[in-house]
Amino acid sequence: MRFDIVKNRKWYFIISALIAAAGILIMLTMGLNLGTDFEAGSRVQFTVGQAFVEDELRDELTEAFGFEVDSVQKAGETDAIARIAHKITEAEEAHINDYLSKTYENAKPQISSVDPIVARELASKAIWAIIWASVGIILYMAVRFEYRFAISGVISVLQVVLVVVSLFALLRLEIDISFIAAVLTIVGYSIHDTIVIFDRIRENLKHYKVKTTEDLENLVNDSVWQTMTRSINTVLTVVFSAGMLYLIGGDAIKNFSLALLIGLVTGAYSSIFIASQIWVSWKGRELKKPKPTQA
Amino acid sequence: MIKWSRLLGFLLIVALFFGLAVPTYNKIWSEITLGLDLQGGFDVLYELEPKKPGQVVDMEGLIATKDAIERRVDESGISEPIIQIEGTDRIRVQMAGVFSQEEAKKMLVQSPKLEFKNPEGEVLATGEDLKSNAKFVTDPNTNAPQVAVEFKDAAEFKKITEQYLGQIVSIWLDDKVLQEPVIQSVIHDGNAVISQTSADDARAMAKYLNSGTLEYKMNEISSFSVSPTLGEEALVKTLWAGLYSFILIAAFMVIVYRLPGLVAMIALLMYAYLLFATVRYMGIVLTLPGLAALVLGVGMAVDVNIISAERMKDEFRMGKSLLSATIMGQKRSMPTIIDANITSIIAGFLMYWFGTGAIKSFAVAHIISVLATFITAVLISRLMLQLLVRSNLIKNNWWYGAPKQKGGAA
Repeated sequence: MRFDIVKNRKWYFIISALIAAAGILIMLTMGLNLGTDFEAGSRVQFTVGQAFVEDELRDELTEAFGFEVDSVQKAGETDAIARIAHKITEAEEAHINDYLSKTYENAKPQISSVDPIVARELASKAIWAIIWASVGIILYMAVRFEYRFAISGVISVLQVVLVVVSLFALLRLEIDISFIAAVLTIVGYSIHDTIVIFDRIRENLKHYKVKTTEDLENLVNDSVWQTMTRSINTVLTVVFSAGMLYLIGGDAIKNFSLALLIGLVTGAYSSIFIASQIWVSWKGRELKKPKPTQA
Repeated sequence: MIKWSRLLGFLLIVALFFGLAVPTYNKIWSEITLGLDLQGGFDVLYELEPKKPGQVVDMEGLIATKDAIERRVDESGISEPIIQIEGTDRIRVQMAGVFSQEEAKKMLVQSPKLEFKNPEGEVLATGEDLKSNAKFVTDPNTNAPQVAVEFKDAAEFKKITEQYLGQIVSIWLDDKVLQEPVIQSVIHDGNAVISQTSADDARAMAKYLNSGTLEYKMNEISSFSVSPTLGEEALVKTLWAGLYSFILIAAFMVIVYRLPGLVAMIALLMYAYLLFATVRYMGIVLTLPGLAALVLGVGMAVDVNIISAERMKDEFRMGKSLLSATIMGQKRSMPTIIDANITSIIAGFLMYWFGTGAIKSFAVAHIISVLATFITAVLISRLMLQLLVRSNLIKNNWWYGAPKQKGGAA
C-alpha cells in the first residue's frame, strides 16, 4: 500500500500555515539580523584566533576604537563581527585596521560600511528583482499550463523563501548580499522542481478521465508518486553540493550554503506537499460546482 | 552484433571533449576574472558633491572625474580597476588583488594642493586650472622624457608665460617644491611640456599634476573590503567542495542509473567546461553569487538526466525494448525539461533586468548555465546515450536502468 499523499493534504496546509505564522511572528518580534549590505552603519569582521566572550570583546573594542561598538557576534569558531551604528570615517577605518592588525595575529580585517540611502536602495532592488521574477514565472506558467498552476507554484515558492528567512531570523544569522544569492538559487530550484510535477499532472490529465474530485485526487496522487523517485534523487544531488559547500566551503560561505540547504530541502517538500495540493484543492472546487446543475 | 560506427561515434565525442578540455582547462580557469569576494579587494561607492557654490554635478564632470580616477589608479600600478558611473552623481570603484587598501583609498580621494608660483612666491595657478590629462611623453626630436600638461584657460596661461618668459615658475605640491622649470616660450594654446630627468620621474610628475584636479568633493557612501587571503581561502575551499560534491554525485548517479548515469556525468563535465570557457571568453567576472548559480546549474543539469533516466525506466516497465525505451524516454521527458528551463531562464532575465550588482551577477551566470545545460545535458548527453545504445555494445538492459532480467548478468 502506498501512502495517499493527496488525501491528507489538509494536514500539510495546517502545518505549513503554522510554520508560516511562526515565521512571521519570529520576524516581527526578533527582527532580521541585517548585514551592512542592507543596514546603514559599519561592520568589522576579523579573526580573533582564539575563543572569546562576545560582550567582553565589545567593551574592549569600544575602548580601543574610541567610539561605541554596538555588538560583537561570533562567526564560525574564532571570527568576530563587530557592528557600529554609524558609518565610520576613513580615518576611523584606518585606525581600526591598524589596531586589529597589531593586536591580533592574522586578524584579516574586513571592513564594510554603508550609507542609509544606499542600504535602502539595495534592499528594495533585491526585493523588486524577486517580485518581477515571480511575475514572469506566473505569466509563463499561466500560458503554458494554466493560471492555477502558476499561482499554486508561486505560493509554494514564497513559502520556501519565508521558511528560510524566518529560520535565519530565529538563528540570528546575518542576512547579507550572499543570502540574496542563496534565495535566488532557492527560488530557481523550487520552481524547477514544481514544474516537473505539474508537468506530470498535465500529461496525466490527457490520459485520465476526470469526472469527480476523487478522480482528480487520484490523478495528482499518481503523478506525485510517479515523479517521487526523481524528486528525491534530484534533491539528493543538490543536497550533496550544498552540503559539501557547508561542510568544507569555508566560513565565508557558511551562511550561504546553510540557506541553500534549508531552502533546497524545503523546496522539494513544498513542491510535493504544497504546490500540487493547492492546485488539487483549487481545481477540485471547479469540479464540484457544475454537479448540482447536472443533477 | 556490435555496430562499430556508432561505438566509434560515441568514443569520438568523449575523446574530442577530453582532448580539448584536459590541455586547456587550467589556462581557462586561471584567466577567469574573479570578483572581489573571491580574490580580495575593495569596493567603494562615492557620491560627488559640488566644491563651490553654483557648481553642479553634470555628466561631463562625472566623466572627467571618472577619467581622473582611472588615471590615478593606472599610475599606481593596480591592475584592472573597475570604475563605473552609477546614476547621476555616483562613481563606484572596485579594485581587486593584493595592495594596501588604506593607501589606495587615500590615493583615490586626496585633493592635494598643487600650485604654480612665480619667483617671488606668489601663486599664479593651482591644480584646478589644469585639465586632468597630464601625461608622460617624449620629445619628438631628442627622445628626452617630458610631461605634457594642458591648462583650461589658454589665455590666462599665455599671460603667465608672457610675463615670466625666461624665469622660473616653480611647481609645489602640499607646500613642497616638486620642480622648478623655466618658461622657454610663450604658449598660446594652453599646451605645455615640462622636461624631466627620467621616464619614471615623468610618470610620477604626471601623477602629481593629475591628482590636484578633481572637480568635485567625493563622499564615500558605501564601502566593503575583503582581505585577499580570505578571498583566496574562500575560493580554494569552494573549489574543493565542488570537487567532492562532483565525486559524490557521480558515484550516486552511476550506482542508481548505471550507464545513463555515467553518460550524464561525462555531460556534466562538459557542462562545467563549457560554462567556465564562456565565462572566460565573455570576460564575465566570477563572483560568489555567480558560483551559487553554478551550484544550481549543476543540480539542474543532473536533474535533466535524472528526469529522462526515470522516463526510460518507466518505458522498460511497460516492456519496451532498449532502443525504443531510450528514444521514448528522451522524447517524453522533453516537454518537462523545456518548461522547467524556460521558466528558469525567464526568471534569470528578469533578475538581470531589475537587479543590481550581486543579483545581476547571479542572473548572468544562471542564464549561461541554463544554456550550457541545454547543449550538454540535453543535446550531447542524449546523442551519446543513443550512440551507445545503437552500438549494441551492451545488450543487457539492466545496464540502462531496466529491472533485473531473468538470467541476465548483473
